[in-house]
Amino acid sequence: MKLRETKFTQCLVGAALGGVMALGGATAFAQTVKIGTPSFLTGAAAPAFGIPAKQGTELIVRGINNGELPAPYNTKGLAGRQIDLIVYDEAGGGTKQVTEFRNKAQKDNVDAIIGIISSGTCAALTKVAEELKVLTIQTVCGTPRVFEEINKDPKYVFRTINHATANNVSAARYLAAKMKDKVKGFAGINQNYAWGQDSWRDFQLAMATLIPAAKASKKPQFPKLFSGQYGTEISALSRSRENVVHSSFWGGDLEAFIGQASARGLFKRKSFVLTVGETVAYRLGKKFPQGILAGTRGPYGMYVVDDPTPLNQWFQKEFRKAYGSPPSQPAYQYAQGFLAAKYAYDKAAKDAGKFPSTEQVITALRGATFPTFVGDVKMGLSKGHQAMTDDRWGVTAWDEAKGEMVVKDVVVFPAECVNPPDGVGSIEWLKGGMKGAKC
Amino acid sequence: MDLELLLVILVDGLVYSSYLFLVAVGLTVIFGVQKVLNVTHGAFYSFGAYLTAFLLGLWINDAEGSAWKLLALSLAIILIGSVFLGVVLGVLIERGLLKFLYNRDEHIVVLATFAGFLVLEDVILLIWGTDPYLAFRPLELMGSSDITGLIFDNYTFTMIGLSFLVALVLWYGLNRTQFGKVLLAVIFDREVSMAMGINVTKIFLITFIIGTFLGALGGAYHAPIISVQPGIGVEVIVLAFAVVVIGGMGSIPGALIGAIVVGLSRAAAVHLYPELELFVIYAIMALVLIFRPEGLFAPIHARKI
Repeated sequence: MKLRETKFTQCLVGAALGGVMALGGATAFAQTVKIGTPSFLTGAAAPAFGIPAKQGTELIVRGINNGELPAPYNTKGLAGRQIDLIVYDEAGGGTKQVTEFRNKAQKDNVDAIIGIISSGTCAALTKVAEELKVLTIQTVCGTPRVFEEINKDPKYVFRTINHATANNVSAARYLAAKMKDKVKGFAGINQNYAWGQDSWRDFQLAMATLIPAAKASKKPQFPKLFSGQYGTEISALSRSRENVVHSSFWGGDLEAFIGQASARGLFKRKSFVLTVGETVAYRLGKKFPQGILAGTRGPYGMYVVDDPTPLNQWFQKEFRKAYGSPPSQPAYQYAQGFLAAKYAYDKAAKDAGKFPSTEQVITALRGATFPTFVGDVKMGLSKGHQAMTDDRWGVTAWDEAKGEMVVKDVVVFPAECVNPPDGVGSIEWLKGGMKGAKC
Repeated sequence: MDLELLLVILVDGLVYSSYLFLVAVGLTVIFGVQKVLNVTHGAFYSFGAYLTAFLLGLWINDAEGSAWKLLALSLAIILIGSVFLGVVLGVLIERGLLKFLYNRDEHIVVLATFAGFLVLEDVILLIWGTDPYLAFRPLELMGSSDITGLIFDNYTFTMIGLSFLVALVLWYGLNRTQFGKVLLAVIFDREVSMAMGINVTKIFLITFIIGTFLGALGGAYHAPIISVQPGIGVEVIVLAFAVVVIGGMGSIPGALIGAIVVGLSRAAAVHLYPELELFVIYAIMALVLIFRPEGLFAPIHARKI
């Protein structure tokens, strides 16, 4: 009997303690902003995109939580609350990601999702985010269809970098500005899925307006995603009459292609436009081809390495210190998503005079213009939910003194020059000759 | 179509065929003898590629010295690494997994080897992480050749040579050696072979080690031309299945002819109608399955009741 009483008392004490701890936990929980960040931690997209994106995220979250960032982001946390970060794997396809998103929203009770690399994931999660009313800031994915087809009236979903159309338009603008008379025609090698096909379509349409004399190849190459072997395609490109080659290859496919094409002298025979080439430039070092056009989908990575803004210099310095390599575009783009959140939470808190609700954060971010590493991000498209930034193109060169790849002869294209006006669909704009572009 | 284009299609086709054959031959050897559709084969390819790329990165990528010396060392790494993996992984999977499944339903064997594949892929992640490995040095060291005004790298030509060498050695081993005759007996009838005193367990183990070695060799030899990264095994296993189905499950000449048919058709598609590049491989497979469901070269067996 005594034993039972003791156990009963212990149980009561235990329950009381548990209750206190739970309350304490709840208090601690309430003091943080819980953010879920999907990024490719495994699979083919991990090395060139997922891992740098995760590193950029962890660094910027450290900077925000500790108040290490330079002004105007030099206060601690989001509206004063620490970020509780959950990074999870984006691999596995759309269906799995929808389940993961639901888990993060309904079980982990995240306040926001910041991240997403694949256009497929963005397309799959856009509607779910609206349904579950979770603030979602998409950071890397490129497909314009997110706001032009899938979610024309967005409330909870934002994207804080240019969509892919801007990238291909600015590439075509660079060719028109720098080598208009030299372009005799252009061929393409792009992966056979939405990203590759959309990129080729956009580039082709932009070129038709900007350099009408240069015709597109009638045999554009679309090898299977992750096929890894491009010998035959390299022969076909070598034999083609066109002197410019467009490619939106990324990750391991891009690295394999560069290795195989370099060994066969293709980069010496043709002028190359690699729309996301910068993602592997640091990894390949001297093996990355020189004298080609390599894009970053905005002002990131190689293009801003020496930009003197304090925020950029902090990011460059701390990233190199933490990870031993320079930050490439995914690191910047994920970090930019968190800067958007920092801007919106702080502004909403200031406006409300207290810690803001999700609705208030959304209001603060919609249509905002906020400072980023280099220049401003303007949430100027799709009812204030799609970002516009400038885009930069230049020619790659090896810098012996720095011991890394750099870009020369850079042209900066303003956001309004490479994006369609608000309310106009990308394809419609491209087919109509890019009217309204302010260059 | 001009002659120059025909020649380019032939060269490109043979290069791709050699890649397909190296990938598929181990799979077909194991199926031919053990009747096991071995999905772990994709992981053997990955292991071969990772080990080679890792060791080349360690000893060759930045090494200085004569090209011949570095090439010889690279080839030694490829060969010794593949043998090592063949023995270690072969014994592990055959003794640790397959020996429990020989009398089970085929579907269970496929599922079990698929599980084995997933486990091995995770082991690769555990050992080498998610970073891709690049080992282009042997490709660069071998230089290039000019054919009809087009530059081809010599490394891929050696791949054609290796494929024919593998096919020749396997043919010789199977048809001209005592072990080959024993193997053929086991392929023909496992039970009668056992009754005649053949140690089928030992034959199965040796065959599986050879198959594993061939899978690893495929990955190892490809390592200098690809980006070795998570997921390469999945891509390979799908192609390997297609080639093996076209040629006939378990037939080595079938794998060779299947690889050549697919390689040449794909090269022609890429040069003439690029949009058919992916379609052509599976179109051939579908056609073969319609008109010769057992594949081009698989012998027709009477069904035992």
